Formats: sequence, C-alpha cells, structure tokens
Amino acid sequence: MGRREDLRSIMVIGSGPIVIGQACEFDYSGTQACQVLREEGYRVVLVNSNPATIMTDPSMADVTYVEPLDVDVVAEIMERERPDALLPTLGGQTALNLTMELVRAGVTERLGVEVIGARPEAIETAENRELFKAAMSEIGLRVPESGFAHTVEDALAIAEGIGYPIIVRPSYILGGAGTGIADGVASLRRLAAEGLAASPIGEILVERSIAGWKEFELEVMRDRADNCVVICSIENVDPMGVHTGDSITVAPAQTLSDVEYQAMRDDAFAVLRRVGVETGGSNVQFAVDPATGERLVIEMNPRVSRSSALASKATGFPIAKIAARLAVGYTLDEIVNDITRATPASFEPVIDYVVTKIPRWAFEKLPGAAPVLGTRMQSVGEVMAIGRTFAESLQKAVRSLEQGRLGFAAGPNREFSGVDDDELWYRCEVATPERLYALHEMLWRGVEPDDVARRTRIDPWFVREMSSIVEVERDLHGYADLASLDASTWRRVRQKGFSDTQIAAITGAPLDAVRSLRRRHAPVTFKTVDTCAAEFAASTPYHYGTTEDESEVSTSPRDRVVILGSGPNRIGQGIEFDYCCVQASQVLRELGYESVMVNCNPETVSTDYSISDRLYFEPLTPDDVEEVLRAEAAACVDGARVVGVIVSLGGQTPLKLAHSLDPHLVLGTPTRSIDAAEDRQRWAEICRELGLSQPPGGVATTLDGARAVAAAVGYPLLVRPSYVLGGRAMEIVYDDGDLSRAMGNLTGAHGALAREGGVSAERPILLDRFLEDAIEVDVDAVRDHAGEVYVAGVMEHVEEAGVHSGDSACALPPQTLSPTVIETIGVATRRIADVLGVVGLINVQYAVKEGEVYVLEANPRASRTVPFVSKATGVPLAKVAVRLMLGATLAELRAQGRVPAATPHPRHVSVKEAVLPFNRFPDVDTVLGPEMRSTGEVMGIGETFGIAFAKSQLAAGTRLPDAGTVFLSLADRDKSGGVGLARQLTDLGFTLVATAGTAAHLEAAGVAVAERVHKVSEGGRDATGLIASGAVHLVINTPSGRDAAADGARIRHSATVNGVPCLTTLAAGLAAARGIAETRAHGWRVASLQELTG
Amino acid sequence: MTRHPATLALSDGTVFRGESAGFLPATGVTTGEFVFNTALSGYQEVITDPSYAGQVIAFTYPHIGNYGVTGADDESPHPWCDGVVVRELTARASSWRADGDLEAFLIARGVPAMTGVDTRRLTRHLRVHGALAGAFGHADPEVVVAAAAAARGTDGCDLVSRVSIQAPYERGAGRYHVVALDYGIKAAMVRQLAERFRLTVVPASTSALEILARRPDGVFLSNGPGDPAALPELVAEVALLVGRVPIFGICLGHQLLATALGGSTFKLPFGHHGSNHPVSDLATGRVEVTAQNHNYAVDVAGLAGVRVTHVNLNDDVVEGIASDERRCFSVQYHPEAAPGPHDARYLFDRFETLIADAAGEGR
Repeated sequence: MGRREDLRSIMVIGSGPIVIGQACEFDYSGTQACQVLREEGYRVVLVNSNPATIMTDPSMADVTYVEPLDVDVVAEIMERERPDALLPTLGGQTALNLTMELVRAGVTERLGVEVIGARPEAIETAENRELFKAAMSEIGLRVPESGFAHTVEDALAIAEGIGYPIIVRPSYILGGAGTGIADGVASLRRLAAEGLAASPIGEILVERSIAGWKEFELEVMRDRADNCVVICSIENVDPMGVHTGDSITVAPAQTLSDVEYQAMRDDAFAVLRRVGVETGGSNVQFAVDPATGERLVIEMNPRVSRSSALASKATGFPIAKIAARLAVGYTLDEIVNDITRATPASFEPVIDYVVTKIPRWAFEKLPGAAPVLGTRMQSVGEVMAIGRTFAESLQKAVRSLEQGRLGFAAGPNREFSGVDDDELWYRCEVATPERLYALHEMLWRGVEPDDVARRTRIDPWFVREMSSIVEVERDLHGYADLASLDASTWRRVRQKGFSDTQIAAITGAPLDAVRSLRRRHAPVTFKTVDTCAAEFAASTPYHYGTTEDESEVSTSPRDRVVILGSGPNRIGQGIEFDYCCVQASQVLRELGYESVMVNCNPETVSTDYSISDRLYFEPLTPDDVEEVLRAEAAACVDGARVVGVIVSLGGQTPLKLAHSLDPHLVLGTPTRSIDAAEDRQRWAEICRELGLSQPPGGVATTLDGARAVAAAVGYPLLVRPSYVLGGRAMEIVYDDGDLSRAMGNLTGAHGALAREGGVSAERPILLDRFLEDAIEVDVDAVRDHAGEVYVAGVMEHVEEAGVHSGDSACALPPQTLSPTVIETIGVATRRIADVLGVVGLINVQYAVKEGEVYVLEANPRASRTVPFVSKATGVPLAKVAVRLMLGATLAELRAQGRVPAATPHPRHVSVKEAVLPFNRFPDVDTVLGPEMRSTGEVMGIGETFGIAFAKSQLAAGTRLPDAGTVFLSLADRDKSGGVGLARQLTDLGFTLVATAGTAAHLEAAGVAVAERVHKVSEGGRDATGLIASGAVHLVINTPSGRDAAADGARIRHSATVNGVPCLTTLAAGLAAARGIAETRAHGWRVASLQELTG
Repeated sequence: MTRHPATLALSDGTVFRGESAGFLPATGVTTGEFVFNTALSGYQEVITDPSYAGQVIAFTYPHIGNYGVTGADDESPHPWCDGVVVRELTARASSWRADGDLEAFLIARGVPAMTGVDTRRLTRHLRVHGALAGAFGHADPEVVVAAAAAARGTDGCDLVSRVSIQAPYERGAGRYHVVALDYGIKAAMVRQLAERFRLTVVPASTSALEILARRPDGVFLSNGPGDPAALPELVAEVALLVGRVPIFGICLGHQLLATALGGSTFKLPFGHHGSNHPVSDLATGRVEVTAQNHNYAVDVAGLAGVRVTHVNLNDDVVEGIASDERRCFSVQYHPEAAPGPHDARYLFDRFETLIADAAGEGR
C-alpha cells in the first residue's frame, strides 16, 4: 500500500520525565520513530519535556519543543505548527493520555489533525476496564471475573458467583493498603470489612484471585492490511500477583507447548482486531492456570511499551521503527528486516538464546517504603542479559545489576546464610527484590527444587534450572585443584554462566589463575542476535558473550573506540548518561572510527544496534568488558587497533571499571585524576594549592574519627561515603546523636555500604561543614589536551545547598549571582580542570554564601546536567568532549564552528526541575535532602525566569494555581525573606493561611493572613486537615533543621496525597510567584529549540 | 541420566562435540541428512513428523524438552527422523499436559539424540554448505567421522514407501468423501480433513484407478519425506487423477501435483524448516505466517494453465499453485500447522468449497 502521500507533517509526543513505570524505553521508541519518519521525508514536530532524552536532540526532529506535556501547551504548539497527523503510540501512557485529552478538548478536530497509529476509540476500549471486559466477552475470551461491592454482603454475593479464592482491592487507595486474598467466606467477611474501611469512597473490587498463575505476554504487530505477527513471547518467572515491570521475565516463553502457544497467539490477534489497533505494536498479557492450562486475558496496551523495548532488544526486531512505518501506511511485507536486509518484516522472529530481564529497585533510597512487590510497579530500572541457556542468562543478569552480587550463585558470602529455615521460606514465598537470592539459599541448603516450586508457585522448570546452577556451584566448592579440570568441565561451568571472578570467589583460587586456565579451556565466544536463529546471513553487529565453539565477530581494518554504558537505570544514574554515550557513538562514526557499545540496559537508545558499529549486550563487569576488548582486538586486521575506551560518559559504572583497564586505553582524563578528585585528602590539597575555599571538613572511618572532625569544624555536618553516585547514603547531621546514628548506618556490617565493600581507609566517610542558606551552583566545562577550557554552562540551584543537585531545580543562566561571582567561578573551574589534567568533561559544584565562593566537589566526567546544558545553549557538549578526548583542540573546534568563542548567554532562561517518585511511595517523606531521590527531570524554557520556572513545574506535573489559597509555613531563617513573597502572592490575589509563627511575622510586616492554623503536632485544625479538605492550592513549607521535620513531613505527605503543589524552599516559592505573574501576563509563549538556539 | 561424550561429524569433515542422549544405538553411531528447525515450540510434533524420515533434526532453540511430551501431540505413531541434536535437553518436563519426559520418549521410540552441541554453529554451517549428510554418536570419533564420510543424503531416495501405511482407514463423517494419499501424512492433516469430510486414508501405493473406484469427491495429497524426483510412479498416478477429481496437495503432495502438471522440482540450499515463514497470498496480498518443512521446491517453468497463488516472501520460492480448469491446488507449506501458526487453515475450507462447486456442477 505504501507510504501515505496525503501527510506532510507529523507530530510525535514523547513520554516526559523518567518516572517509575515510564523510563528510557520511550526515548528509544520515540527516537526510532523520529528517525524513520524523517527518513520517509515527513516533517517531524516533536514535543517532550525531558531534556535528557536523545529524541530531543535538535538533530532528531525538524522542530523540537521542550515544553510541558500539557493539553493547553501542546494545543498552542499544534496551533503554531499545524501538523497533519499526531502519532501518540510511541510515547507511553503519557502520550496516549495527552492525545485523548486533545481529542476530548476538540483540539485535533478543530485543527484537522489526524490521530494515526491507534484510533481514539481503540485507545478507549483498551484503557477502560469495563469496555475492555465487554469487548473480550464479545470475542469469547475470558478475563478474571469481578464486581464492585459497597457492603460486606455485596462482596459475599459477588464472591458466590465467582468462586474462591477472591482478591479484595479497595478503590482509590494508595500503596495497596487493605488488599488481600480470601480463601473462604470467613476471611472474605474480615477482608471486605477492612477494605471498605480503607477505601475513602467505601468501595472494593471483588475479583477472582489468580495469584500464583503463570503470566505471559505476547508482543504483537498489525498493519493496515490486517497482517498480524508475534514479535516475541515473554514468560514471567514471578507468578501472577507481581507487576510485570517488577517481575523477572524471560524470552521466549519456556513452558508453553506449541498447542498452547498457538492458541494464545490466536487470542492475541483476536484482541488486537477487536480493540481495533489498526497499525503498530501492542502487547497482550495472559494468565495461565498451571494446573489446567485455563487462559485469561489480563490486559492489552495499544501502543509500544516497556515490554516492546525489551522484545526489540531480545529479538533484534525494532518494533518502534516498524510501528512508525506502519502508522504512515506501509504494510509489514513492504518493510525490509534491517538485520537480514534480505527478508521482509512480515515474519515472526525466532531466537536461539534465552533472554532474562531483572528489575532494579531503589528501596534503599526511600526509607519508609516496604520492599514488598505487588501489583503496583516500584522498580526504577532493569537489566537484560542474553545467554545460550536460562541459567547462563540469569547469572549474567544478576551480575549486570551492579549490586555487588557475582551471580545467582553467591559464592562464599551468601546474604541469607544466617536466616533460619522458617524465615527463609517466608523470604522465598513473598515477592521482594531479594527473593531470587533467598531461592538460591534454599536450593543451596538442599531443598528439593519441586518443593521450592510448589511453595513459591514459580514454575518448576525455572527452579530446576536454578538448581542446576547450584549443583555446579557445589562442584566448584569441591574442586581441590582447578589446574586438573578438563576442558569439558570448564565448559560446563561456564555454560551455567559462572564468571571468572565468581569462580575465583567460590574456589578461593586467584583470579589470574582462574582466568588463564579458563581462557585455555573455555574461551568466550560472541554470538549474534539476528532475528532468525542463523537461518539467514545477518548484517547486524549485535553480539552477546557465551561459551561455545564459534565466535562471530567479523574482522575489520578500521580503528575502533569502545564506549562503556551506564547499566541499569537507578536513582542518580539514568538516561542523561545514555544520552552522552549515544552522542559519543554518533561523533565517533562521524570521525571515521568504528564505535563499539557495551551496555546491559534494554530500555536505552544506546542498546539499539543501529546506534553503533557494534553492540555488545553484556554485563558491565571487569570480566565481561575485558572479554569484549579481547574480541575487538582480535577482530582488528590490517593494522587497525582498539584506540581506546570511553569511561567518562556513563556515570559511576564505567568509572569503576576504569580501574581494571589498561590505563593507556582510557581516553581523555586519566583515571588517576578522577581518583584525585574523589580522594578527600588530595582534593583538599589541590584546593589549598589553588587558593580555593572549601567548607571545612575531614575524613573518618570510625565514629571516634568522625567525632574528632565534628569537634574541629562544628555542626551541621554533611556526612557521605566516597565513590557513590546520587548522594547515596548522604545526610546532614545536626548533633552528636545524629552523627553516631549516621556513622552506624554507614559503617555497620549490614550498613548502607556493606555490599559495596564497606568503609575503609581507601573509601572513608567524608564529613564537611554544611553551609546553611548557601546557594549551590553547578558548572559544566570541557578542557582540551592543550589546556584550554570552555565553560559550557553555569547553573544556579533554586533549592539551597544541601538539597542534592539532582533533586534541585536549577536555572541557566544564573538568576541572582553577581558577575563577579560568576567570573570567580569560571576562573576556579579553569584552574581545577588544569590541575586535574582534564581532557573532556568536568563538572564542578560550588556553594555561594554571602558573596564568598566555596568549592564543594569536582567530577572530571560527564555530569547529569550535560544534556540540559547542551539543550539550553545549543552546544552538543558530549560530542565536543569526545572530539577533545580523541585529540582535537577547542581552537580547532571553534574554527569549525562546533564551539562558540565564549560561554553562551542565551536570552531565554532554562530551568531544570527534578521529578520525584513519591506518589508511588506514599509512606516516604517527601522532604528533599542530600541523598538524591528523583527519578527524572524536565526542562522549562521561557523568556523570563518566572515563565521558565512555571513551565518546569507544569512539566513536572505540578500546575501552579492561578488563584486560591496559599499555605505558608516558614523556617525562622526564611521569615524575613518570606514577607516579600507573601506580599507578591497577595498582590496576585491569593489568600494566605499560615502557621502561628509565620503569620505573626507576616502580620507584623503588614501582610494580611486570613487564617492561622495549628502546627500538626498541636492537634486541632492543622495544615494537613486543611490540605485534605481541598482548601489549599499551594503549599510553601520550608524545613528548618531537624525539629520541624516531623511536622513538615506530614504536611508534605498530605500535599502529595492530595495533589497540591508543595514547595520546600523560599527560593522556589519566589520563583513560583514570578511564574504565576508572568504566565498570567504573557501566556506560555512556546518556542522550539531550533528557534531558540538555531 | 549418564551421559557419554559424543561426536557429530558432517560428510565434509566438520566435527562438533557434545554428549549422547536419548536412545543409544549399539553401534554407537547414527547417520542421516542434517537439517535445522527454527521453531521455538513444537519439538514433539517435529520429531514425529514422517516428513523427517532419513533426516537428523537440529533444533536451533537451545532448550528442548521443557514441557515434555503428550500422546496428544504425536503427528504419527512412530518418529521417523533418524536423530535429534540439541543444545540443552531438558531432563524433566513441566506442564500440566505432559505425560512424560522427552528423553524417556526418545529412548522408548528408539530415537538417538545428542545434547550440548553448538547448534548455532551447526546451523550456520548448514546454511552456507546446504543440508549435509553426516553421523553422530558415542562411538570413537574416528568411527563417527568415517560414518559421516560414507553417509548419503535424501537425494534420489524413495522414503515414502517406508513411512506410508499398509492398509486404508476411515475417519470423519462429512457430506463429501475425500481420499487422502498417505505419503507420510501428519495427524493434524487427518484431523483437519476429518472435521470437514468423510475421509479415507489410503497407502501411497494406491493406484489412481483404485482411488477413483472409491468414488471420492476430492483427493488429498499429503506431505511426506524425501526427494520428489525419486517418485515417478506416484507422479504418474497423480497425473491420472488430475482433472477428474478436485485435488488439494500439501508439501510433498504439492510437489507431486506440480510435477504431474508438467513442472519440476529442485533442491533448496538448506530448505525451509520452521514456524515463521512469511507467505504472500497473491490473490489478496495478505501475508500468512506459516509452518514449513521442505528441502525441495517447485520450479514452475513448464507448467501450463497453472497460476502461482503463494510465494515465500523471504526467498520468492513458489509456495502455492492452482489450476482452476483442472480443479486442483496445492501449497508447499503446512496449513494444518502442528507445530506452527494457524494462519493458513482457510485452505482446508477452500478445498471444501472446491469440492462443493464441483459436486454442484456435476449434478
């Protein structure tokens, strides 16, 4: 049927900030869509609020709007751009919801914009529970029976019709409170009563329980000629009851016979046709009763999803790319499979390996959240590993997680070794992030795999395969002398996924000895992901490591550079580093090098095989990376060589790996400089030599040492470990009691750092005087090998120092810093970069207090803000850095027009705001502190700071109110500054309510306060009640020290639960007031990046 | 299960390592023509498909045996393949449908197997060099290599007479009577036909006259093993049926029909063996994902009054032909699936329509 000629311009909506449940996978799908649509000659208009994405790189679309994904804003963009069509199926739930809002608001119809990919009616059918249920019954498919009850008697009657066991879910509750499974009338009576009480509207869903059933997912595609194909089947290791995003999953399905699989395939197509997805990718989830094979449809998503990203990486079939082509009119048979380049896309990929995905959670960052997995997704990232067998891929996946575990087989330090059998059974039966390792311990203790399967309801096939790993682990323990093992034994050990380090840990043999023996007997081979199980010749250079007869890396006469990626998304290390790695790959190819990517995160753009000349989907461990480098070296012919390895663009993960690499291979800043910046003493010496002020501080490995530092520098103190990212385990302490608790947390045997090697003289605890009320400043710069430095951007934080830079809003250019301070900061940055011998990127953080500039820390590597600065200034910083690492000078780049002569001073203001996961974790305090907790970020761009700030808030999901009541509770230090703010708010027409102290201060200054509310701890009509009643529209509550924390926490909690914007610093409050005033005066004033920086 | 080191050798001298599994032949060596199958599920159906007579099947998916075996999935009473090669043979089944483990099944049915083989390397080798004869087993490697060198493929072999039934049987109770020639018929074909017709399955050696004597409303030509060019007698009988009764052929049946209509067959480099082959229905433009298992294909040069109805989108191989005038059609792939997708089952309905039309006109 071919490309649609009636369309010229297509709008693509991205998925906004990274949040739990919506991560880089939509950058991957959106980027693919943009590429394809431009290849097809369409004008692409992109909207996404997330500056860290690759898709918002100005080269990816014709017009790029980094603007809030809000119906009014997008309508304004549509009005300006007049696209012919809107493609909503590649930007996750966010894009789908926004599209439905645009449709309902009549915007698409008014502007004549056609929604392509999925019709609104199809979206509605898939998303609306009742419509979906009806549609399924129409085509003879079954969904779990359920009904809503408002009384216990209702519930019993519904259960009578369905049959037990029954799951009870109260409506409109957060965090699963009141949910439970009833196996009979008595327990249902109790649960229903509890559930009705827990639900704010007194309603519970009474549903047939299928917890413990097997869960499957099919990734399917359909074109407008009604051709349907399955791209990938996925089986969950965790049975029903755990959200798919939180489940360990495997592709392809392992335990379905062809008869069952084909029936499921028929059902999936029937669902696709009935829901009415005309073109594109969808997924359909099924539950299967392991005892009878009965099959229920759980849900379908009429769009690409996290699972389709996984399926694309698992099979090599680029679902999003194909979906974009289908949306503009092609049929599957008209599209060439770009792996074989000889066969069409209208086939079903087959694979000859096993893929395992394991989620990564961040409960350690969210004290108060119970680490139990359920029907709400809580993980922040995931890893995927490829092996020839499930056992191999499982072990590779565990070590890809970078959580200090060597594999599924734990080696000598088994974390559950001290747990008694009863407790261990509990740990196996309840799904938690650690369940997998409890299963290992259970099998290690010799419990029959089938008993474990029965009690956990994990399919026996998976448990037996896990057990086969434990058997080899036991054998390894028994080998007295590794040198006597024959090749077939080595092969058997390796084929169960054991790494050299793991073998060394288990046997106690030296790593070097293990490595050389293993290489002799069982060398690593790299196989290819090719969509067709080797049936056709593949031109894709997408490899995974295993131990077999034959390696498939093809030789080439070109020099190559290896990029180490950033591994699984986690709080503190996410998409921004993937952005940098992808930019690196692009520039390497421009420069004529072969780019070689190593990464294990299936969500990312960097693991798209078309981004690099070769992709190795491998764990980022010294063992695995070493083997990739050997394979690359071996594939060099005609004098080609591995020029180097880029370790400075992927966050902490590759930096840690740098120590295991030949120093000559590390491109750019030498590893020892990175270490110097991390080493407390050396860094202090450097600052002294350079005459830079630092907050006073010291290092300690024990509590006594810490007390000595405290005595010397005074409280409050910022306490943090060395070599961690995202301020992990960092906190501010106000007295001796705080300090001893904090040190206990850090140094204890089960402390925050236990699995990362603990605290040592090499990795001491850092203690610094915390500068209260200071302004924090972030600087990104690059330096060339000749010594020239280009300061790319100076960012002023909106939150005061002490809030982790990743959680703080910041503005570029700085809004309150004097030219002298900015100049001082520029000079200091140059000198630090010089003394560290930086070649490439450096990020320096400063605190400015009363005009004095203090250096907080320097990181000679890519920072989280690199994409933000790149987009705010129009200079692709990561690309510039890679050119410098490979020998270019800034002078040359300037001459080529790649770098401006001086730090740009854009006329527009850019504000970066963090997005926090608190709505997922209602029991967690929402106060910001030195430990980073945000999952993602957004960018607001405006002609003024106020507009940019208001946009950043809107993009982060907080629409600042235009009228109503503001609740103010200010710390003493903020009270005088708060008067101006209060005045601005009343001038804007807001009514003020305040706590007694704040109110007294404001009234004394002549500002009217409508109502005084009690402090939460005083009882009576307090702020939480007021917020819950809907009487407050904006909360400005600034914390002060530790004592007000309890009150503050409850206020913020109430605001979060009730969806009221809550600002926790005076600076943010002032920015908000300006934003409200300026958007009221000028509207949103949308503008594209190309207009702003072009 | 005790395992013995085993060797796999191809006739060109390429050697693979692994361990013996399944049935252990006394000689310690098994020969056959090596082919690969890329299906992710359906190993039991493949192993029991008579079309694999004379062949050793290498599964590209590494884990084989996960869901065990069940009598319900047998495509014939006996496996006819000469052996099975896998990367990882699953020791114990996990499925509510299973009535046994795959390895016990292989032992009971006398199928030698080998596990632990780099089946991807084997597949890549076969892709480049074509289906090759070879040998495998736990005998001394030199013995296996020698056996491989002496082994021959299926070219020119009549394997049909080995796998066909000896006596006719009947199934189904439809309005029309169909006679199915069993060249190695799969159970799924019998099921699909019996759902629609009164079916008589007859031995491959049944003559056209004997068939017509049964007064069929239609004749079905089944799948089967080996080289169609080695079966001129069967082609001659088919030629006698063409034009006298509606005919539907699948796989070998398709090749015999095409030959009877004046076409010829040739050997593909490495055949089509899997459940994911895209076939275009040229009449509708629709794509169907099909199960395939054939080493030989039809060359349409020389065919007159016949149109190509289906082609393989991967390599343009002719997948279906029809002659309206002579009321016959056939496909190279497997609409009965088992294993494989159900996309092409409509062809059995098409056969029913063809028969009904013929019956209508005849009356």
